[in-house]
Amino acid sequence: MSHYSLSINGQSRSVDVVPDTPLLWVLRDTLDLPGTKFGCGAGHCGACTVQINGVPTRSCMTPVSTVGRKQVTTIEGLDPKGEHPLQKAWKELDVPQCGYCQAGQIMTAAALLKENPRPTDEEIDGAMAGNLCRCGTYLRIRAGIHRAAELAVTGPKKGRK
Amino acid sequence: MNAFDLASPGRRGFLRKSALAGGGLVLGFYLNGASNAAEQVAKPSAAPGAEFRPSAFIRIGRDGIVTLISKQPEIGQGIKTSLPAVIAEELEVSWKDVRIVQGDLDPAYGRQSAGGSTSTPTNYDEFRRLGATARAMLVEAAAQTWKVPPGECEAADSAVHHGPTKRKLGYGQLVDKAATLAVPDAKTVRLKDPKDFKLLGKRISGVDNHAVVTGQALFGVDTRLPGMLYAVYEKSPVFGGKVKRANLDAIKALPGVKDAFVIGGTDDLRGLLPGVAIVAESTWAAFSARKQLQVEWDEGRFADQSWAGFVSQAKALARQPGTTQLRKDGDVNAALAGAAKTVEADYTYPFISHASIEPQNCTAWFRDGALELWAPTQNPAAGQDLVAATLGIAKDKITLHITRSGGGFGRRLSADYIVEAAAIAQRVGAPVKLTWSREDDLRHDHFRAGGFHFLRGGVDAKGKLIAWHDHFVTFANPVTRDGKTTLQTGSGGSLGGDEFPGRWIENCLLEQTPIECGVPMGPWRAPGSNVFAWVFHSFIDELAHAAGRDPLEFRLEILGDKAIVPGTGERGQPYDVSRMRRVLLHAADKAGWGKKKFPKGQGQGIAFHFSHRGYIAEVAEVTVSKDGSLKLDRVVVATDIGAQIVNLSGAENQVEGSIVDGLGTLMFPEINIERGRAVQGNFNDYPLIRISDAPTKVESHFVKTDYPVTGLGEPAFPPLAPAVCNAIFAAIGKRVRQLPLSRTDLRWS
Repeated sequence: MSHYSLSINGQSRSVDVVPDTPLLWVLRDTLDLPGTKFGCGAGHCGACTVQINGVPTRSCMTPVSTVGRKQVTTIEGLDPKGEHPLQKAWKELDVPQCGYCQAGQIMTAAALLKENPRPTDEEIDGAMAGNLCRCGTYLRIRAGIHRAAELAVTGPKKGRK
Repeated sequence: MNAFDLASPGRRGFLRKSALAGGGLVLGFYLNGASNAAEQVAKPSAAPGAEFRPSAFIRIGRDGIVTLISKQPEIGQGIKTSLPAVIAEELEVSWKDVRIVQGDLDPAYGRQSAGGSTSTPTNYDEFRRLGATARAMLVEAAAQTWKVPPGECEAADSAVHHGPTKRKLGYGQLVDKAATLAVPDAKTVRLKDPKDFKLLGKRISGVDNHAVVTGQALFGVDTRLPGMLYAVYEKSPVFGGKVKRANLDAIKALPGVKDAFVIGGTDDLRGLLPGVAIVAESTWAAFSARKQLQVEWDEGRFADQSWAGFVSQAKALARQPGTTQLRKDGDVNAALAGAAKTVEADYTYPFISHASIEPQNCTAWFRDGALELWAPTQNPAAGQDLVAATLGIAKDKITLHITRSGGGFGRRLSADYIVEAAAIAQRVGAPVKLTWSREDDLRHDHFRAGGFHFLRGGVDAKGKLIAWHDHFVTFANPVTRDGKTTLQTGSGGSLGGDEFPGRWIENCLLEQTPIECGVPMGPWRAPGSNVFAWVFHSFIDELAHAAGRDPLEFRLEILGDKAIVPGTGERGQPYDVSRMRRVLLHAADKAGWGKKKFPKGQGQGIAFHFSHRGYIAEVAEVTVSKDGSLKLDRVVVATDIGAQIVNLSGAENQVEGSIVDGLGTLMFPEINIERGRAVQGNFNDYPLIRISDAPTKVESHFVKTDYPVTGLGEPAFPPLAPAVCNAIFAAIGKRVRQLPLSRTDLRWS
């Protein structure tokens, strides 16, 4: 066991775990933050995506010993009230089916929008290709990212519908 | 708080009613004929040491909040939103006043299984009546309060209104009065005219969406209990293998490990498999310890089986008559001999896994002789049954909480992972969560059965299909019951004699031969249909082209003009040709079938399929690049699932999901079998479709008819693969006869 002081969703959190423990399991088992999902344990599916210093990162492949004081953001910390434009768009367009992969999808998409506030379909496909959705919600993920881009610019009041 | 039956003694009540301690009305709903179930739940059931669970579907509080129970498991098909919406529509409650709670496994709810796209057709009418009955009681309560005839009162927006005096009482103000009223006969209550529906048919966003996008605990794997331990379970890589010995002492000495032990299991390939359990303080401690685990296996009699071996066996079997004759009309050999053109082709598809992104898992807590389970399951009763039968725990000592499932696709109709968790919990004095690795999940699936179809077909001089012969070589598992072992074909691994075009061709021979295998098989989204539609509509397309006919016109001729084609024998299902013709023509019309000129490398394909009570036709437009890469540009889907779309957003989601899943399953997955075991283990060698391969455009058309309302979790899947493969042929002249698509070279110049 080793002691780590982590910065998770803007808060300092102390944990005692073995150094090779993936950040995923520290979040889920130790810190009771279940929003980040276990899908493959090998970095192939993207369900475990969090942001580390703003960069989408596979938490299942990130040993806790490598995190240091870098800023970790999980789906629980994306927006305290769940009002990030992506979260709003996901609800408005009813993107999820089973919903299991969607935290990872949103964390990747949030980083994309930060870098590229109005992505094209091709840019979305490029950025999101590492996040698998077994239910096949990809058409709505594309639409959801476009809608979030709109919401981020116009605010909710000028939303469609 | 006690539930009590207001129905007269001896009468099987359709509704039961109980008072809420905090004030309010509870209406319980009992399916007709579920009399045993009704008896069992006269007393509300309670989980051991846990809170009270009302055995009812509707609860209205004094605050006006309407709580509806979702009895069916939610696996991504949207049932937790759509079925409660059916009650809410008739109840005239504003959707914002509704809260939805997932019901546990409870006989009070009747059948609770998310499979076969049956949740909607088996519950829709009853749920309307349930909502309407509650509405009638609230109206009666208001009328009595005001001393006016109920006919002058109207329910709307969570309140009863008296038009003449412009008075209104909210539902919360009426519950105490309503709770004193007799329950009207549900068969006599007035249902709404569907044209007055305010909620059904609209786009309703999923009720758990907020929880999903904010990362709240919802899924089985999110279950967390005080003092909970974490388990992994290692099974024989060879199907049917047993544990000889394992380095348990070394494992028990590892950090964080609490226990390690062998579970003997049973011989049932889909039951409790023999294996080694490791129980630890955290998931990672269990996963890490497993890397040190060394097990010597008795690999059993399937250790030499391989896919390559199955292929040779199938080819040899195809030269002999089938062991089962499923259909014989006319004389297929004579018809083929006299045909103007004949085509012969072999179609092959592999075993595949379900690959839900949430791996199989279950949390179990065994104490004081009772077992409590938290499971992402499509079929909770199957879990309870298997646990009871395998571990000797009485069913009334097994409580099962249904969690949201991170995908189902048929995998979670099986209960192997539930009985594993239960067996581990029996040995551990604490709650324990069993989590499968991705490799466990892909390699210990209950696979979609692979198969081989050896087809011959013939057309006459006018290009009419006159002969059809399929010898289907399929797979079967040995199943032992009461000491007797028989071979049972896998789910979807048996062809019905009525499967289209079985009933439509004068000279038709359908026969089948199983290969015994140890590869466990189970239902996979649209079992049977998910491959039969591909095989038959691809081969029909081959025959159409051989005859020089338009593929749509050729299909319309096969279907014929008869409105209904009856089923064969007592159990045969009629096929409504008029419904299929309508969706087929609708899809063709919307897609501009035959009106567009495509350059080489682009083309249109068409297919249809009837399954799960739904009639669906699809037209696909594809681009095949010279390097052989495929892009699905557009899909037009025409769907007839009856008189009402319950949730338009959910329905469109199921269609779009089926199209993406249909395309992905066509393109990528296969589980190869070598030395008796599944080869592929993670998404690097078992690829799933990515967003970059998803179609640009899916156009869903719902053709409303007067038929009963039916489900949409499955039926839009089967026609996609043949529509795409037929489009590929139209684009480049190459016929895909083997799945996955990656096995066919689509390059052209």
